[in-house]
Amino acid sequence: MTNNLRHLMKPLDFSVEELEQLFDTAADIEKNMSAYSHKCDGNILATCFYEPSTRTRLSFETAMLRLGGQVIGFSDASSSSVSKGESVADTIRVISSFADICAMRHPKEGAPMVAAANSIIPVINAGDGGHHHPTQTLTDLLTIRSLHGSLGGFTIGLCGDLKFGRTVHSLITALVRYKDIHFVFISPKELKVPDYIIDLLNENNITYEEVIKLEDVMSKLDLLYMTRVQKERFFNEEDYIRLRDFYILNEEKMALAKENMHVLHPLPRVNEISVEVDKDPRAAYFKQVQYGLYVRMALILTLLDKTDAHINQGLLRTF
Amino acid sequence: MLNVGKIEEGFVLDHIKAGRSMQIYRHLGLDKLDCTVAIIKNARSNVMGKKDILKVECDIDTLDLDILAFIDHNITVNVIKEGEIVEKRALFLPHQIKDVIKCHNPRCISSIEQGLPHIFYLADEEKEIYRCQYCDEKYQESAKTEN
Ligand SMILES: [Zn+2]
Repeated sequence: MTNNLRHLMKPLDFSVEELEQLFDTAADIEKNMSAYSHKCDGNILATCFYEPSTRTRLSFETAMLRLGGQVIGFSDASSSSVSKGESVADTIRVISSFADICAMRHPKEGAPMVAAANSIIPVINAGDGGHHHPTQTLTDLLTIRSLHGSLGGFTIGLCGDLKFGRTVHSLITALVRYKDIHFVFISPKELKVPDYIIDLLNENNITYEEVIKLEDVMSKLDLLYMTRVQKERFFNEEDYIRLRDFYILNEEKMALAKENMHVLHPLPRVNEISVEVDKDPRAAYFKQVQYGLYVRMALILTLLDKTDAHINQGLLRTF
Repeated sequence: MLNVGKIEEGFVLDHIKAGRSMQIYRHLGLDKLDCTVAIIKNARSNVMGKKDILKVECDIDTLDLDILAFIDHNITVNVIKEGEIVEKRALFLPHQIKDVIKCHNPRCISSIEQGLPHIFYLADEEKEIYRCQYCDEKYQESAKTEN
Protein backbone atom coordinates (compact mmCIF):
# COMPACT_ATOMS: atom_id res chain seq x y z
CA MET A 1 0.00 0.00 0.00
CA THR A 2 2.82 2.40 0.79
CA ASN A 3 4.03 2.26 -2.82
CA ASN A 4 1.05 4.11 -4.28
CA LEU A 5 0.24 6.04 -1.16
CA ARG A 6 -2.00 8.92 -2.07
CA HIS A 7 -3.27 11.83 0.02
CA LEU A 8 -5.73 14.66 -0.52
CA MET A 9 -4.27 18.01 0.52
CA LYS A 10 -5.67 20.56 -1.94
CA PRO A 11 -8.83 20.81 -4.07
CA LEU A 12 -6.80 20.50 -7.26
CA ASP A 13 -4.75 17.44 -6.23
CA PHE A 14 -6.89 15.29 -8.52
CA SER A 15 -6.96 15.81 -12.28
CA VAL A 16 -10.27 16.40 -14.06
CA GLU A 17 -10.22 12.75 -15.20
CA GLU A 18 -9.54 11.47 -11.69
CA LEU A 19 -12.37 13.62 -10.39
CA GLU A 20 -14.69 12.17 -13.00
CA GLN A 21 -13.92 8.70 -11.68
CA LEU A 22 -14.41 9.83 -8.12
CA PHE A 23 -17.75 11.46 -8.97
CA ASP A 24 -18.86 8.39 -10.92
CA THR A 25 -18.20 6.31 -7.83
CA ALA A 26 -20.05 8.84 -5.68
CA ALA A 27 -23.01 8.83 -8.08
CA ASP A 28 -23.12 5.05 -7.95
CA ILE A 29 -23.03 5.16 -4.15
CA GLU A 30 -26.05 7.47 -4.25
CA LYS A 31 -27.96 4.92 -6.32
CA ASN A 32 -26.74 1.72 -4.69
CA MET A 33 -25.82 2.62 -1.14
CA SER A 34 -26.35 -0.89 0.18
CA ALA A 35 -23.89 -2.36 -2.31
CA TYR A 36 -21.17 -0.44 -0.53
CA SER A 37 -21.95 -1.35 3.03
CA HIS A 38 -19.13 -3.89 3.35
CA LYS A 39 -16.47 -2.30 1.15
CA CYS A 40 -14.39 -1.26 4.11
CA ASP A 41 -15.09 -4.12 6.49
CA GLY A 42 -12.18 -4.32 8.88
CA ASN A 43 -10.81 -0.89 7.99
CA ILE A 44 -10.41 1.95 10.45
CA LEU A 45 -10.65 5.68 9.79
CA ALA A 46 -8.95 8.01 12.27
CA THR A 47 -10.49 11.46 12.55
CA CYS A 48 -7.80 13.71 14.05
CA PHE A 49 -9.54 16.99 14.70
CA TYR A 50 -7.29 19.52 16.45
CA GLU A 51 -10.21 21.94 16.47
CA PRO A 52 -13.88 21.09 16.61
CA SER A 53 -15.85 20.95 13.38
CA THR A 54 -18.70 18.69 14.20
CA ARG A 55 -20.38 18.59 10.81
CA THR A 56 -17.23 17.76 8.87
CA ARG A 57 -16.17 15.13 11.41
CA LEU A 58 -19.57 13.46 11.45
CA SER A 59 -19.63 13.41 7.67
CA PHE A 60 -16.27 11.59 7.57
CA GLU A 61 -17.25 9.20 10.33
CA THR A 62 -20.60 8.43 8.74
CA ALA A 63 -18.87 7.84 5.42
CA MET A 64 -16.62 5.19 6.96
CA LEU A 65 -19.43 3.59 8.97
CA ARG A 66 -21.61 3.40 5.83
CA LEU A 67 -18.75 1.58 4.11
CA GLY A 68 -18.66 -0.99 6.89
CA GLY A 69 -15.50 0.37 8.50
CA GLN A 70 -14.90 1.68 11.98
CA VAL A 71 -13.77 4.96 13.42
CA ILE A 72 -11.33 6.20 16.06
CA GLY A 73 -10.12 9.72 16.76
CA PHE A 74 -10.27 12.90 18.75
CA SER A 75 -12.44 15.93 18.23
CA ASP A 76 -10.38 18.70 19.73
CA ALA A 77 -6.78 19.12 20.73
CA SER A 78 -7.35 19.62 24.45
CA SER A 79 -8.61 16.07 24.93
CA SER A 80 -5.55 14.41 23.44
CA SER A 81 -1.80 14.06 23.82
CA VAL A 82 -1.59 17.01 21.47
CA SER A 83 -2.26 19.26 24.43
CA LYS A 84 0.96 17.93 25.92
CA GLY A 85 2.79 19.36 22.92
CA GLU A 86 3.15 16.30 20.72
CA SER A 87 4.12 17.23 17.17
CA VAL A 88 1.88 16.50 14.20
CA ALA A 89 4.63 14.27 12.81
CA ASP A 90 4.69 12.12 15.95
CA THR A 91 0.91 11.98 16.19
CA ILE A 92 0.51 10.67 12.65
CA ARG A 93 3.27 8.09 13.18
CA VAL A 94 1.24 6.74 16.09
CA ILE A 95 -2.09 6.98 14.24
CA SER A 96 -0.51 5.26 11.21
CA SER A 97 0.05 2.15 13.27
CA PHE A 98 -3.61 2.04 14.43
CA ALA A 99 -5.70 3.12 11.44
CA ASP A 100 -5.84 2.59 7.66
CA ILE A 101 -6.71 6.16 6.69
CA CYS A 102 -6.79 9.53 8.46
CA ALA A 103 -8.85 12.69 8.11
CA MET A 104 -7.13 15.61 9.79
CA ARG A 105 -8.40 19.04 10.71
CA HIS A 106 -5.97 21.53 12.18
CA PRO A 107 -6.06 25.27 12.88
CA LYS A 108 -2.54 25.69 11.49
CA GLU A 109 -2.09 25.94 7.73
CA GLY A 110 -0.12 23.08 6.20
CA ALA A 111 -0.46 20.73 9.19
CA PRO A 112 -2.05 17.91 7.15
CA MET A 113 0.86 18.18 4.72
CA VAL A 114 3.29 17.61 7.58
CA ALA A 115 1.18 14.62 8.57
CA ALA A 116 1.17 13.23 5.02
CA ALA A 117 4.95 13.53 4.81
CA ASN A 118 5.32 11.35 7.91
CA SER A 119 2.49 8.91 7.28
CA ILE A 120 2.29 5.39 5.93
CA ILE A 121 -1.51 5.70 5.51
CA PRO A 122 -3.50 8.10 3.29
CA VAL A 123 -4.17 11.48 4.90
CA ILE A 124 -7.14 13.66 3.95
CA ASN A 125 -7.02 17.35 4.72
CA ALA A 126 -10.32 18.04 6.48
CA GLY A 127 -9.54 21.76 6.72
CA ASP A 128 -6.32 23.53 7.70
CA GLY A 129 -7.12 26.99 9.01
CA GLY A 130 -8.01 29.40 6.24
CA HIS A 131 -5.88 27.47 3.78
CA HIS A 132 -7.64 24.49 2.15
CA HIS A 133 -10.75 22.42 2.71
CA PRO A 134 -10.71 20.13 -0.33
CA THR A 135 -13.62 17.87 0.61
CA GLN A 136 -15.89 20.95 0.74
CA THR A 137 -14.87 21.78 -2.83
CA LEU A 138 -15.39 18.16 -3.92
CA THR A 139 -18.82 18.27 -2.28
CA ASP A 140 -19.71 21.44 -4.17
CA LEU A 141 -18.51 20.00 -7.49
CA LEU A 142 -20.41 16.74 -7.01
CA THR A 143 -23.57 18.66 -6.04
CA ILE A 144 -23.37 20.79 -9.18
CA ARG A 145 -22.61 17.77 -11.38
CA SER A 146 -25.50 15.79 -9.93
CA LEU A 147 -28.12 18.54 -9.90
CA HIS A 148 -27.21 20.37 -13.09
CA GLY A 149 -26.21 17.19 -14.88
CA SER A 150 -22.71 18.30 -15.85
CA LEU A 151 -19.76 20.38 -14.73
CA GLY A 152 -19.99 23.04 -17.38
CA GLY A 153 -22.50 24.83 -19.57
CA PHE A 154 -24.08 27.00 -16.88
CA THR A 155 -24.22 30.44 -15.32
CA ILE A 156 -23.33 30.36 -11.66
CA GLY A 157 -23.92 33.20 -9.23
CA LEU A 158 -21.74 33.48 -6.15
CA CYS A 159 -23.25 35.73 -3.55
CA GLY A 160 -22.08 37.27 -0.29
CA ASP A 161 -18.59 37.65 1.09
CA LEU A 162 -16.46 36.91 -1.95
CA LYS A 163 -13.34 38.53 -0.54
CA PHE A 164 -12.60 36.41 2.52
CA GLY A 165 -14.59 33.31 1.64
CA ARG A 166 -12.13 30.47 1.12
CA THR A 167 -14.93 28.13 0.04
CA VAL A 168 -15.85 30.41 -2.82
CA HIS A 169 -12.26 30.92 -3.97
CA SER A 170 -11.62 27.16 -4.02
CA LEU A 171 -14.81 26.51 -5.94
CA ILE A 172 -14.04 29.14 -8.59
CA THR A 173 -10.49 27.84 -8.96
CA ALA A 174 -11.81 24.31 -9.40
CA LEU A 175 -14.49 25.35 -11.91
CA VAL A 176 -11.94 27.13 -14.09
CA ARG A 177 -10.94 23.68 -15.38
CA TYR A 178 -14.37 23.12 -16.96
CA LYS A 179 -15.99 24.57 -20.10
CA ASP A 180 -18.73 27.10 -20.80
CA ILE A 181 -19.17 28.53 -17.35
CA HIS A 182 -20.21 32.14 -16.84
CA PHE A 183 -19.59 33.59 -13.39
CA VAL A 184 -21.75 36.24 -11.75
CA PHE A 185 -20.22 37.73 -8.62
CA ILE A 186 -22.75 39.33 -6.31
CA SER A 187 -21.25 41.23 -3.39
CA PRO A 188 -20.85 44.64 -1.81
CA LYS A 189 -17.89 46.63 -3.17
CA GLU A 190 -15.96 45.97 0.03
CA LEU A 191 -16.24 42.22 -0.36
CA LYS A 192 -15.48 41.69 -4.05
CA VAL A 193 -13.52 38.68 -5.30
CA PRO A 194 -9.77 39.23 -4.96
CA ASP A 195 -7.64 40.25 -7.94
CA TYR A 196 -5.91 36.91 -8.26
CA ILE A 197 -9.25 35.24 -9.01
CA ILE A 198 -10.08 37.86 -11.64
CA ASP A 199 -6.61 37.37 -13.16
CA LEU A 200 -7.17 33.63 -13.25
CA LEU A 201 -10.48 34.06 -15.09
CA ASN A 202 -8.97 36.50 -17.58
CA GLU A 203 -6.02 34.20 -18.26
CA ASN A 204 -8.46 31.42 -19.08
CA ASN A 205 -10.79 33.62 -21.16
CA ILE A 206 -13.67 32.94 -18.81
CA THR A 207 -16.54 35.41 -18.77
CA TYR A 208 -17.76 37.01 -15.56
CA GLU A 209 -19.66 40.00 -14.26
CA GLU A 210 -19.70 41.75 -10.91
CA VAL A 211 -22.91 43.17 -9.50
CA ILE A 212 -24.11 44.62 -6.21
CA LYS A 213 -27.69 43.33 -6.02
CA LEU A 214 -28.79 39.71 -6.15
CA GLU A 215 -32.23 40.47 -7.59
CA ASP A 216 -30.70 42.14 -10.66
CA VAL A 217 -29.22 38.86 -11.87
CA MET A 218 -31.47 36.26 -10.32
CA SER A 219 -33.29 35.42 -13.56
CA LYS A 220 -30.17 34.40 -15.47
CA LEU A 221 -28.70 31.98 -12.94
CA ASP A 222 -28.63 28.18 -13.26
CA LEU A 223 -26.90 27.85 -9.92
CA LEU A 224 -26.67 30.18 -6.97
CA TYR A 225 -23.97 29.67 -4.34
CA MET A 226 -24.82 31.63 -1.20
CA THR A 227 -22.38 32.61 1.55
CA ARG A 228 -22.77 34.70 4.64
CA VAL A 229 -22.03 38.42 4.78
CA GLN A 230 -20.65 39.05 8.24
CA LYS A 231 -21.32 42.32 9.94
CA GLU A 232 -17.69 42.60 11.11
CA ARG A 233 -16.52 42.80 7.50
CA PHE A 234 -18.12 46.19 7.01
CA PHE A 235 -16.45 49.48 7.77
CA ASN A 236 -19.53 50.90 9.43
CA GLU A 237 -22.95 49.91 10.70
CA GLU A 238 -24.75 52.15 8.20
CA ASP A 239 -23.32 50.36 5.18
CA TYR A 240 -24.17 47.03 6.71
CA ILE A 241 -27.79 47.94 7.34
CA ARG A 242 -28.10 49.52 3.88
CA LEU A 243 -26.65 46.53 2.06
CA ARG A 244 -27.46 43.40 4.03
CA ASP A 245 -30.89 42.84 2.48
CA PHE A 246 -29.33 42.60 -0.98
CA TYR A 247 -27.68 39.39 0.13
CA ILE A 248 -30.52 37.70 1.93
CA LEU A 249 -32.28 35.11 -0.16
CA ASN A 250 -36.04 35.03 0.38
CA GLU A 251 -39.21 33.95 -1.43
CA GLU A 252 -39.45 37.27 -3.29
CA LYS A 253 -36.05 36.86 -4.88
CA MET A 254 -36.67 33.17 -5.54
CA ALA A 255 -39.75 34.20 -7.55
CA LEU A 256 -37.40 35.88 -10.05
CA ALA A 257 -35.30 32.75 -10.57
CA LYS A 258 -35.51 30.03 -13.20
CA GLU A 259 -37.69 27.03 -12.47
CA ASN A 260 -34.70 24.69 -12.54
CA MET A 261 -32.18 26.79 -10.66
CA HIS A 262 -30.41 25.26 -7.64
CA VAL A 263 -29.39 27.09 -4.47
CA LEU A 264 -26.23 25.89 -2.73
CA HIS A 265 -24.71 26.93 0.59
CA PRO A 266 -21.76 25.41 2.49
CA LEU A 267 -23.66 25.64 5.82
CA PRO A 268 -24.04 26.56 8.59
CA ARG A 269 -26.51 29.18 7.49
CA VAL A 270 -27.32 32.08 9.78
CA ASN A 271 -29.82 34.44 8.20
CA GLU A 272 -28.63 34.79 4.60
CA ILE A 273 -31.25 32.31 3.43
CA SER A 274 -34.69 32.77 4.94
CA VAL A 275 -36.17 29.54 6.29
CA GLU A 276 -39.18 30.09 3.99
CA VAL A 277 -36.88 29.16 1.07
CA ASP A 278 -36.20 25.70 2.54
CA LYS A 279 -39.44 24.24 1.19
CA ASP A 280 -38.69 25.51 -2.32
CA PRO A 281 -37.65 22.51 -4.45
CA ARG A 282 -34.75 24.59 -5.77
CA ALA A 283 -33.18 24.79 -2.31
CA ALA A 284 -30.37 22.25 -2.55
CA TYR A 285 -28.23 23.02 0.50
CA PHE A 286 -29.41 20.03 2.52
CA LYS A 287 -28.99 17.74 -0.50
CA GLN A 288 -25.48 19.18 -0.66
CA VAL A 289 -24.79 17.67 2.76
CA GLN A 290 -25.76 14.27 1.36
CA TYR A 291 -23.45 14.73 -1.59
CA GLY A 292 -20.74 15.56 0.94
CA LEU A 293 -21.26 12.12 2.43
CA TYR A 294 -21.19 10.35 -0.95
CA VAL A 295 -18.06 12.15 -2.06
CA ARG A 296 -16.26 11.31 1.21
CA MET A 297 -17.28 7.67 0.81
CA ALA A 298 -15.94 7.70 -2.75
CA LEU A 299 -12.78 9.41 -1.55
CA ILE A 300 -12.12 6.85 1.17
CA LEU A 301 -12.62 4.04 -1.37
CA THR A 302 -10.31 5.75 -3.86
CA LEU A 303 -7.52 6.42 -1.37
CA LEU A 304 -7.77 2.89 0.02
CA ASP A 305 -7.64 1.64 -3.57
CA LYS A 306 -10.92 -0.22 -3.27
CA THR A 307 -12.74 1.16 -6.30
CA ASP A 308 -11.65 -1.62 -8.69
CA ALA A 309 -13.37 -4.21 -6.56
CA HIS A 310 -16.48 -2.10 -6.84
CA ILE A 311 -16.34 -1.83 -10.62
CA ASN A 312 -16.04 -5.64 -10.86
CA GLN A 313 -19.01 -6.05 -8.60
CA GLY A 314 -20.90 -3.49 -10.64
CA LEU A 315 -20.33 -5.67 -13.70
CA LEU A 316 -21.49 -8.75 -11.84
CA ARG A 317 -24.66 -6.97 -10.86
CA THR A 318 -25.37 -6.02 -14.45
CA PHE A 319 -25.18 -9.59 -15.74
CA MET B 1 42.13 48.12 -3.03
CA LEU B 2 43.21 45.84 -0.24
CA ASN B 3 44.92 42.88 -1.84
CA VAL B 4 44.17 39.42 -0.64
CA GLY B 5 46.37 36.74 -2.16
CA LYS B 6 45.38 34.96 -5.32
CA ILE B 7 43.65 31.63 -5.04
CA GLU B 8 44.53 28.52 -7.02
CA GLU B 9 41.12 26.89 -7.29
CA GLY B 10 37.77 28.11 -6.04
CA PHE B 11 35.42 31.04 -6.42
CA VAL B 12 35.51 34.76 -6.28
CA LEU B 13 32.04 36.05 -5.55
CA ASP B 14 31.97 39.66 -6.63
CA HIS B 15 29.42 42.48 -6.53
CA ILE B 16 27.84 41.29 -3.31
CA LYS B 17 25.65 44.02 -1.87
CA ALA B 18 27.63 45.63 0.96
CA GLY B 19 26.84 43.98 4.27
CA ARG B 20 25.54 40.72 2.88
CA SER B 21 28.80 38.75 2.80
CA MET B 22 28.36 37.18 6.23
CA GLN B 23 24.86 36.06 5.34
CA ILE B 24 26.21 34.37 2.24
CA TYR B 25 29.08 32.90 4.26
CA ARG B 26 26.53 31.17 6.47
CA HIS B 27 24.14 30.08 3.71
CA LEU B 28 26.92 28.49 1.68
CA GLY B 29 27.95 26.58 4.78
CA LEU B 30 31.47 28.03 4.66
CA ASP B 31 31.61 28.01 8.44
CA LYS B 32 31.51 24.23 8.26
CA LEU B 33 34.30 23.83 5.69
CA ASP B 34 37.97 24.12 6.55
CA CYS B 35 38.93 25.87 3.35
CA THR B 36 40.51 29.31 3.12
CA VAL B 37 37.97 32.09 2.92
CA ALA B 38 38.64 35.78 2.50
CA ILE B 39 35.82 38.16 3.29
CA ILE B 40 36.27 41.64 1.94
CA LYS B 41 33.73 44.11 3.26
CA ASN B 42 32.90 47.54 1.93
CA ALA B 43 35.25 47.43 -1.03
CA ARG B 44 34.95 50.46 -3.31
CA SER B 45 32.98 49.85 -6.47
CA ASN B 46 32.38 52.22 -9.36
CA VAL B 47 28.96 50.76 -10.01
CA MET B 48 27.73 49.98 -6.53
CA GLY B 49 29.57 52.49 -4.36
CA LYS B 50 30.38 49.83 -1.80
CA LYS B 51 30.36 46.11 -2.23
CA ASP B 52 31.46 42.92 -0.50
CA ILE B 53 33.63 40.22 -2.05
CA LEU B 54 34.10 36.62 -0.98
CA LYS B 55 37.08 34.54 -2.04
CA VAL B 56 36.79 30.86 -1.36
CA GLU B 57 39.59 28.40 -2.00
CA CYS B 58 38.01 25.01 -2.54
CA ASP B 59 37.21 22.29 -5.01
CA ILE B 60 34.71 23.98 -7.34
CA ASP B 61 32.26 21.10 -7.04
CA THR B 62 31.92 21.33 -3.29
CA LEU B 63 29.67 24.39 -3.19
CA ASP B 64 26.02 24.59 -4.17
CA LEU B 65 25.71 28.11 -5.46
CA ASP B 66 22.00 28.07 -6.33
CA ILE B 67 21.16 29.77 -3.10
CA LEU B 68 23.16 32.83 -4.24
CA ALA B 69 20.59 33.49 -6.93
CA PHE B 70 17.92 33.63 -4.27
CA ILE B 71 19.89 35.98 -2.04
CA ASP B 72 20.99 38.29 -4.84
CA HIS B 73 21.14 37.41 -8.51
CA ASN B 74 23.46 40.33 -9.24
CA ILE B 75 26.37 38.53 -7.63
CA THR B 76 29.09 37.68 -10.12
CA VAL B 77 30.50 34.20 -9.72
CA ASN B 78 34.03 33.82 -11.05
CA VAL B 79 35.30 30.26 -11.18
CA ILE B 80 39.06 30.05 -10.61
CA LYS B 81 41.30 27.24 -11.76
CA GLU B 82 45.10 27.32 -11.70
CA GLY B 83 44.95 30.92 -10.55
CA GLU B 84 42.90 32.16 -13.51
CA ILE B 85 39.25 32.99 -14.04
CA VAL B 86 38.02 30.16 -16.25
CA GLU B 87 34.31 30.82 -16.13
CA LYS B 88 31.73 33.37 -15.11
CA ARG B 89 28.95 31.18 -13.84
CA ALA B 90 25.32 32.15 -14.36
CA LEU B 91 23.02 31.87 -11.38
CA PHE B 92 19.67 30.12 -11.51
CA LEU B 93 16.90 30.45 -9.00
CA PRO B 94 16.62 27.20 -7.04
CA HIS B 95 13.27 25.44 -7.34
CA GLN B 96 13.31 24.76 -3.64
CA ILE B 97 14.99 26.40 -0.69
CA LYS B 98 15.41 24.41 2.47
CA ASP B 99 16.23 25.86 5.88
CA VAL B 100 17.42 29.21 4.61
CA ILE B 101 14.42 31.39 5.30
CA LYS B 102 11.48 31.01 7.64
CA CYS B 103 7.78 31.51 7.07
CA HIS B 104 6.43 34.62 8.76
CA ASN B 105 2.81 33.53 8.70
CA PRO B 106 1.77 33.04 12.34
CA ARG B 107 -1.00 30.66 11.20
CA CYS B 108 1.54 28.37 9.51
CA ILE B 109 2.30 24.95 10.99
CA SER B 110 6.01 25.76 10.65
CA SER B 111 5.57 28.31 13.43
CA ILE B 112 4.93 25.58 16.02
CA GLU B 113 5.96 22.16 14.72
CA GLN B 114 9.32 21.08 16.13
CA GLY B 115 12.02 19.74 13.84
CA LEU B 116 10.17 20.74 10.69
CA PRO B 117 12.38 21.82 7.78
CA HIS B 118 11.52 25.27 6.44
CA ILE B 119 10.88 24.70 2.77
CA PHE B 120 9.96 27.26 0.13
CA TYR B 121 9.19 26.58 -3.52
CA LEU B 122 9.68 28.82 -6.53
CA ALA B 123 6.11 29.81 -7.42
CA ASP B 124 6.87 32.40 -10.11
CA GLU B 125 10.29 32.42 -11.73
CA GLU B 126 9.77 35.66 -13.59
CA LYS B 127 8.71 37.61 -10.53
CA GLU B 128 11.09 35.65 -8.27
CA ILE B 129 8.32 34.70 -5.89
CA TYR B 130 8.88 31.97 -3.34
CA ARG B 131 6.06 30.48 -1.31
CA CYS B 132 6.05 28.42 1.86
CA GLN B 133 5.52 24.75 1.08
CA TYR B 134 3.11 24.39 4.00
CA CYS B 135 0.87 27.46 3.90
CA ASP B 136 1.69 28.93 0.45
CA GLU B 137 2.36 32.35 1.99
CA LYS B 138 4.53 34.53 -0.21
CA TYR B 139 8.02 35.22 1.11
CA GLN B 140 8.50 38.95 1.53
CA GLU B 141 11.72 40.44 0.21
CA SER B 142 11.92 42.88 3.12
CA ALA B 143 12.42 39.99 5.51
CA LYS B 144 15.38 38.61 3.54
CA THR B 145 18.03 40.54 5.39
CA GLU B 146 16.68 39.57 8.78
CA ASN B 147 18.02 36.05 8.50
ZN1 LIG C 1 4.18 28.86 5.99
